[in-house]
Amino acid sequence: MSDMVELTGQSLAAALDGLEKGRFSSVELTRAHLDAVEALNPTLNAYITVTAEQALTQAAEADAVRARGEAGLLCGAPVAIKDLFCTEGVRTTAASRILSNFVPPYESTVTAQMKRDGAVSLGKTNLDEFAMGSSNMTSAFGAVQNPWRRRGDDSPLVPGGSSGGSASAVAARIALAATGTDTGGSIRQPASFCGIAGIKPTYGRCSRWGTVAFASSLDQAGPLARTVEDCAILLRSMAGFDPKDSTSVDVAVPDFRAAVGRSVKGMRIGIPAEYRAPGMPEEIERWWQQGIAWLRDAGCEIVDVSLPHTRYGLATYYIVAPAECSSNLARYDGVRFGERVEADSLDALYERSRAAGFGDEVKRRILIGTYVLSSGYYDAYYLKAQKVRSLILRDFTEAFGRVDALLTPTAPSAAFGLGEKMSDPVTMYLNDIFTVPASMAGVPGMSVPVGLDSAGLPLGLQLIGRPFDEETLFALGSALEKAAGFDHLPALRAGAVA
Amino acid sequence: MSLDAATIRRIARLARLGVGEAEIERLQTELGHIIGWVEQLGELDLDGVEPIAGVGHAALRLRADEVTDGDRVEAVLSNAPGRAGPFYAVPKVVE
Repeated sequence: MSDMVELTGQSLAAALDGLEKGRFSSVELTRAHLDAVEALNPTLNAYITVTAEQALTQAAEADAVRARGEAGLLCGAPVAIKDLFCTEGVRTTAASRILSNFVPPYESTVTAQMKRDGAVSLGKTNLDEFAMGSSNMTSAFGAVQNPWRRRGDDSPLVPGGSSGGSASAVAARIALAATGTDTGGSIRQPASFCGIAGIKPTYGRCSRWGTVAFASSLDQAGPLARTVEDCAILLRSMAGFDPKDSTSVDVAVPDFRAAVGRSVKGMRIGIPAEYRAPGMPEEIERWWQQGIAWLRDAGCEIVDVSLPHTRYGLATYYIVAPAECSSNLARYDGVRFGERVEADSLDALYERSRAAGFGDEVKRRILIGTYVLSSGYYDAYYLKAQKVRSLILRDFTEAFGRVDALLTPTAPSAAFGLGEKMSDPVTMYLNDIFTVPASMAGVPGMSVPVGLDSAGLPLGLQLIGRPFDEETLFALGSALEKAAGFDHLPALRAGAVA
Repeated sequence: MSLDAATIRRIARLARLGVGEAEIERLQTELGHIIGWVEQLGELDLDGVEPIAGVGHAALRLRADEVTDGDRVEAVLSNAPGRAGPFYAVPKVVE
């Protein structure tokens, strides 16, 4: 057992180093992870599909490739893929009934690049249906459990969402790292809830091609991992220009890992006055102040800034994202792919297939999106939201004229109980209050675990950077990580007695 | 705020989303609450503010007008819930 703990408990960086030094093979590393998945996934439900056989084949290939001296960036590292990335020949569900039998005949650009670099895929991780949610409760494949528990309380908690399966798997040590996607906070909020790191890069940094679309002007892929350095390693593989995505930006991908540990002395860090939510626990404020103190000690200059339209971010998001969702999800019509409910007329076939295939939250967002785009309401809602988005972007542009990055809390709470906050959609939406503004502005944001609340649950802080300046976030994130020394472990994890 | 039942039926029809009579009342409340909440944007003076559809880091590109993909009928149809030969099959649309 101790061998397994050693294999699954290490960082991605350490695992790659161990593979290179021949301390263990990818087959051994992958098998240890698959054993841990088998032990823990029945409880966590972090994976929708486990591709054990394929993983072992890929691992054996990776070992052969490494033996030939041709190892790529991720060669032999077992990782998990959010079930929103199309994977050739492997069922891709978006956690929706309507795609429950969809087997893509092609591979997403992001996962193709990871394969190119030798990554071993353990399987496809659970998420909120079509990435719409902040708790992973909306999955058609069941809720995911957070591996963390409140001290002295065994009741299950949500992992956050929408990349809840990825975050839970990485925190529980049943994947070395995982891909996620973030539309309004879907990497950063679950990273914070599960005590791991995660970064949503600049919009345009990772190709959206082959990723099931939710809100195309916001969707962006990124890594979740247990260390800032591991995020840097995985992002380098995921990122890069792709002619197949018209919003992909043709800029070079830096060696993000080289920025990890880089000095942050003299950097100017903005503290936005508006990042305080009503009813936010005092502990979050306290960890925020602690984070400020750590960066000051590391030589940063702390600057008070104002992003006056922050409070309108969520309302703007809940017009723009549903509008784009209603348009993107029009393709699920029971004709070309997905579940079909037969009917006598084509319209009835559409209506019945979509009624049966989508869950409640997805239906709400399609209907809200249709409403705000409909004749007579477009100007009052959608056009207005597009104007407010302009002001939110301007807030960030002006702030970044004065500072190099911003430091805020990631989420207004720690992980909450399975099934809580479900009575009213708006209560759930408030989870994303601190993550949505950066999404609206397309700027990169990273969550780093810094400490525990009084119940023993992890809390993260968010760093927000200039467009295409993820390197500054990696430098600052690693400074925070070093100062925090976060080494707490979740109750459920590979090798721990359940 | 509550949306009226006729509005729910109209947008459900536009979205081609079957909504049962039993669901209408719940949706009136839920969607009404969301719409009422986003109306806080009305507080802002937006005169002269340019709307944006995205952050626009990428300039739209042109490429050569040539075929780059195709001849993959079986792959394209591999997930079709209904097919007839090399075509998608749907209920009769034209009498």
